[in-house]
Amino acid sequence: MLRVENLHVSYGAVKAIKGISLKVNDGEIVSLIGANGAGKTTVLHTITGLVQPEDGIIEYNEINLQAVAPNKIVTLGLAHVPEGRHVFTQMTVTENLLMGAHYRKDRNKIEGDLEVVYESFPRLKERSRQFAGTLSGGEQQMLAMGRAMMSKPKLVVMDEPSMGLSPLLVKEVFNIIKTMHDNGITVLLVEQNAKMALSISDRAYVLETGKITMSGNASDLLLDERIKKAYLGA
Amino acid sequence: MSGSLQTLSDFLQCLIVGLRLGSVYALVALGYTMVYGIIRLINFAHGDFIMVGGYTLFFTIPAMLAVNDKLPIWLAVIVAIAVCALVGVTVELVAYRPVRKKGTNMTALITAIAMSLFLENLAQAIPAIGPNYKIMRRMFSNKAVLNFLNISLDWTTLLTILIGASVMIGLQLFVKKTKLGRAMRAVSEDKQASVLVGINVNRTIIITFAIGSGLAAVAALMYFAQYSTIMTTSGTMLGLKAFVAAVLGGIGIIPGAMLGGLVIGLVESFTTGYISSSLADAFVFLILIIVLIIKPAGILGKNVGEKV
Ligand SMILES: Nc1ncnc2c1ncn2[C@@H]1O[C@H](COP(=O)(O)OP(=O)(O)O)[C@@H](O)[C@H]1O
Ligand SMILES: [Mg+2]
Repeated sequence: MLRVENLHVSYGAVKAIKGISLKVNDGEIVSLIGANGAGKTTVLHTITGLVQPEDGIIEYNEINLQAVAPNKIVTLGLAHVPEGRHVFTQMTVTENLLMGAHYRKDRNKIEGDLEVVYESFPRLKERSRQFAGTLSGGEQQMLAMGRAMMSKPKLVVMDEPSMGLSPLLVKEVFNIIKTMHDNGITVLLVEQNAKMALSISDRAYVLETGKITMSGNASDLLLDERIKKAYLGA
Repeated sequence: MSGSLQTLSDFLQCLIVGLRLGSVYALVALGYTMVYGIIRLINFAHGDFIMVGGYTLFFTIPAMLAVNDKLPIWLAVIVAIAVCALVGVTVELVAYRPVRKKGTNMTALITAIAMSLFLENLAQAIPAIGPNYKIMRRMFSNKAVLNFLNISLDWTTLLTILIGASVMIGLQLFVKKTKLGRAMRAVSEDKQASVLVGINVNRTIIITFAIGSGLAAVAALMYFAQYSTIMTTSGTMLGLKAFVAAVLGGIGIIPGAMLGGLVIGLVESFTTGYISSSLADAFVFLILIIVLIIKPAGILGKNVGEKV
């Protein structure tokens, strides 16, 4: 579904991504784990066109994404839940969700999808008329995920959805990811919380300073000594 | 007429004049605030858009009447709106966007000042405009709507207030209720998230420029309906005061520009009526300074660090 080949990305003189390749197959949950500054966000930004690569191939369902305008990528069914939520703080919760459906032409279906999202996130429904800026971090994360769902995605890339959340909320967020996956959405998940990420993933890649150093089945990686030491705090 | 009635009518007269002035300031302030909201730039050329709108009216009115002298004169504002929107969009495309891509905030600011001077000089260079002032045709009737308790309310004043109010209500509904209005709010808050939900950010910025600049044309109609002389620097002082209004209300905040405009208009009119017309501008700036000391982000502004 998603194929990244030999990707190189630089910010000026800083080489952030040094030739990585990865793929995500239809129906999978794949995670990309790595420490702060490893380049995870850069990979996702390059996939959804927010950053231009120096070199490499990014294909989504055989479409060359570099030839697609960044704001058209969501229309292909590829949604991005960005690091730090990026909800529209000055808009209400409902308006934020409607923003997710902004590109959609099937206006008469949007109302119904809004109800579906509110059923998955009762906490958001209670706060539907509140400004998103007044929500807690966990609620904002749910809103960012709900907004992505409103775009009817086939593939969602998520950037550290558990960042800054209490253990209870982390669990809730991962449950939501699983539910989205059960509903047929393919997921590329970026996380520092390797344990949680690996536990729900099919496969995973480990990113260290711009290079992929390990990859494989998530269940194997969970048992790998090097992973345990570096990322699982064991 | 008794003394207290006279006091009341003086007050009402100041109120009416203040609302008239305030409506003009508010529409101009909206242009500053909408552009600031979406690209964080003080568009110093915005005051000159009023001048562009004014001259467009000046030349369109006789041309229009030559075609059909039954047409109402204010109809020329449609042409002025189109011209101002076009000038605003051109300034954005030719000057601001390229500088935004390459330069810093300071270069953008200097570009805006340059665009202001450029428009004024360009206007002067046009032979039909030149350096001397011109007299506008009367746009609305100056007949009194009512004459009551020594209060005079003429059609120009009444229509200015009514047009101002309807434009402001319309704009507020547009921004709050329509998809395009939502996109404008989204882009002004978070460009990255806007791209991710599929908004064409550059197109939204252009539309914002078109609307903000078009409002300057409506303001020009209202302003020159009252003050009939026009010259190439006509927009400068009005632009400056409207900018003060935008800052007073909270720059980047649409209701703030409306409120700020009305406050400035009322302060100016009451100072003129009760103290002295020569102090009116001084009071306007005094109010600005006091408000900014108490609330640096403006009346409706949120006192948080500047958002990027
Ligand atoms: N906009 C930017 N400009 C310059 N350097 C950047 C920018 N964004 C990220 N970087 C650098 O690129 C590297 C990778 O960053 P990032 O992709 O954010 O990592 P991660 O998401 O894994 O924490 C870091 O060294 C970071 O400092
Ligand atoms: Mg990151």
